[in-house]
Amino acid sequence: MSVARTRVVALTGLEGSIVEVEADLSSGLPGFLLIGLPDASLGEARDRVRAAAANSGCVLPPKKLTVNLSPASLPKHGASFDLGIAVAALAAADLVSHDSAARVVHLGELGLDGRLRPIQGVLPAVLGAVRAGAEIVMVPSANVDEASLVPGVRVVGMPSLRDAAIWHGGDFTPVDVDPVPLESVDRPKSPDLELADVIGNAAAVDALIAAASGGHHLLMVGPPGAGKTMLAARLPALLPDLDIAAALEVTSVRSLCGVPVAGTLETRPPFENPHHSSSAASLIGGGSAILRPGSVSLATRGVLFLDEAPEFAMSVLDSLRQPLESGRVTIQRAHGRAEFPARFQLVMAANPCPCGQYGSRDVACNCSPFQRRRYLGRLSGPLVDRVDLQLRVGRIGSAQFRLAADGQNSTVTTFEARARVAAARARSAERLRETSWSLNSEVPGQWLRSGSQRLSPRETRVIDDALEGGRLTMRGYDRLLRVAWTLADLDAAPRPTSEHVASALALRRSL
Amino acid sequence: MTKSRELGSRGEDTAAEYLERVGYRILDRNWRRRAGEIDIVAESDDVVAIVEVKTRTGLGAGHPFEAVTPSKAARLGRLAYAWSAEHHVGGRRLRIDVIGITVGTTGELVVEHLQGLGA
Repeated sequence: MSVARTRVVALTGLEGSIVEVEADLSSGLPGFLLIGLPDASLGEARDRVRAAAANSGCVLPPKKLTVNLSPASLPKHGASFDLGIAVAALAAADLVSHDSAARVVHLGELGLDGRLRPIQGVLPAVLGAVRAGAEIVMVPSANVDEASLVPGVRVVGMPSLRDAAIWHGGDFTPVDVDPVPLESVDRPKSPDLELADVIGNAAAVDALIAAASGGHHLLMVGPPGAGKTMLAARLPALLPDLDIAAALEVTSVRSLCGVPVAGTLETRPPFENPHHSSSAASLIGGGSAILRPGSVSLATRGVLFLDEAPEFAMSVLDSLRQPLESGRVTIQRAHGRAEFPARFQLVMAANPCPCGQYGSRDVACNCSPFQRRRYLGRLSGPLVDRVDLQLRVGRIGSAQFRLAADGQNSTVTTFEARARVAAARARSAERLRETSWSLNSEVPGQWLRSGSQRLSPRETRVIDDALEGGRLTMRGYDRLLRVAWTLADLDAAPRPTSEHVASALALRRSL
Repeated sequence: MTKSRELGSRGEDTAAEYLERVGYRILDRNWRRRAGEIDIVAESDDVVAIVEVKTRTGLGAGHPFEAVTPSKAARLGRLAYAWSAEHHVGGRRLRIDVIGITVGTTGELVVEHLQGLGA
């Protein structure tokens, strides 16, 4: 009898791989066999496809239908294969053209009424299909905008299985249906937070600008109410817009997490603010049946802000070490592995001690020295060593407050700060144009210590001493050099002077 | 005779006529044992067919073939062996067939013959 083929996409993490759907109709008692490692939700596709086909007027013949998904070794899950299975079955029944079905990649979930429902992860799936050489992708109407974000592919949107069958040459009369709309969750556009709202703390504002310019990680320690959260929330506004590759990455992760993607790529850097009760799996990503990205991946190309960092479980914090180094997370589970991007900028805020008052001028701290040590000790040495900028944020006095109210305090507005960041980034990108890096934080220390980048002993004396005295690790030394270059870029200096190096040391060791 | 029985026996007659027309000889009709009933046993030169007949008016309740559930197919298998134990089959193959008969809107009969279950 006849065998028909078409293609669909299986997502493992953000990687889409092409899966071939073969449908065979043979004589035998009517039945529907779905083989090729489907999970429970995909196994239910049998009933959805049969009902959808019947209800859209393209009844499958009462024969034995065998549908195989290959490669059979790849685990497959979810309802996004429905459309592909249905089209392959219709082609096997000679109700639609074999050739037409074979050259199109199908994505979509079927309702029992035969309408196509939008699915999650269309963007990474279409990207995977294009990488595998697909030229035409058929998606539910509601996903057309998202799929069209991928260049170099023809996207066909279909409201129902009947329309899909007609497109493939099926001899049916069109029936008007209401396409299933994309569930639109109106995410309130986070208002652009104004940097000028920050009163006082000029050093912290400078550090924030340096962090934005060089992509450096930041740790802020200070008493409650000093403005740590306020400062961190203003960091994304200082970052420049994402380029195309970064925007595709950010939008893909969103799409995979089920955040509705309208017709535009996300061009602003994300800001993720997980609560300190988060588990390692929610932060890093994980899951049992389906591997899902965690906060670090949602924050890729943006900011991951851990407020009250010492309140996080230590194991959770330490699980950040690998993505901090590599910019990716690889999740291994018994039945598979997935890799997600995790190129985030880490911002942590912490109180200096359990009561929070240690080091402030007005209120006495009633914690014992041991408690204090244990509290900040929860941020493990290796983790803190990866943070370039570590600064103390103080509570402001009433005089500063009054000055600000009178408008006499010199504050930096977001607009000015973003211009400085953009200028500094342009300068470092220009300097690094021969290399594969563009941000100071990405440059390996070895490169900074070689060739013409090498600073003279006179310029680095202060950090050489710190290294000699054991107050600085070798990694810390390299990270400090990167910050020094960022500070030089911000000052429009051709290379860091001893003053920049000293400032970098001060920013790192001000705790 | 109830309406559905009447439809069923009319369908069986139609099926038997059809089988004879295409070259089978009918060996047995409505062979009954405690385990159930075989509608028709027919033979050709190389095969003995145990035939289950399903008749439907229209497709509202599904295709006649869909009424043969896995448990009914298994029962037909047991009945087939019971029948062959009592009769001489010779060296011929035993096969279980289903004949589906659909009564169309204008009263015409559509006969579909499925040869061999579980193949």
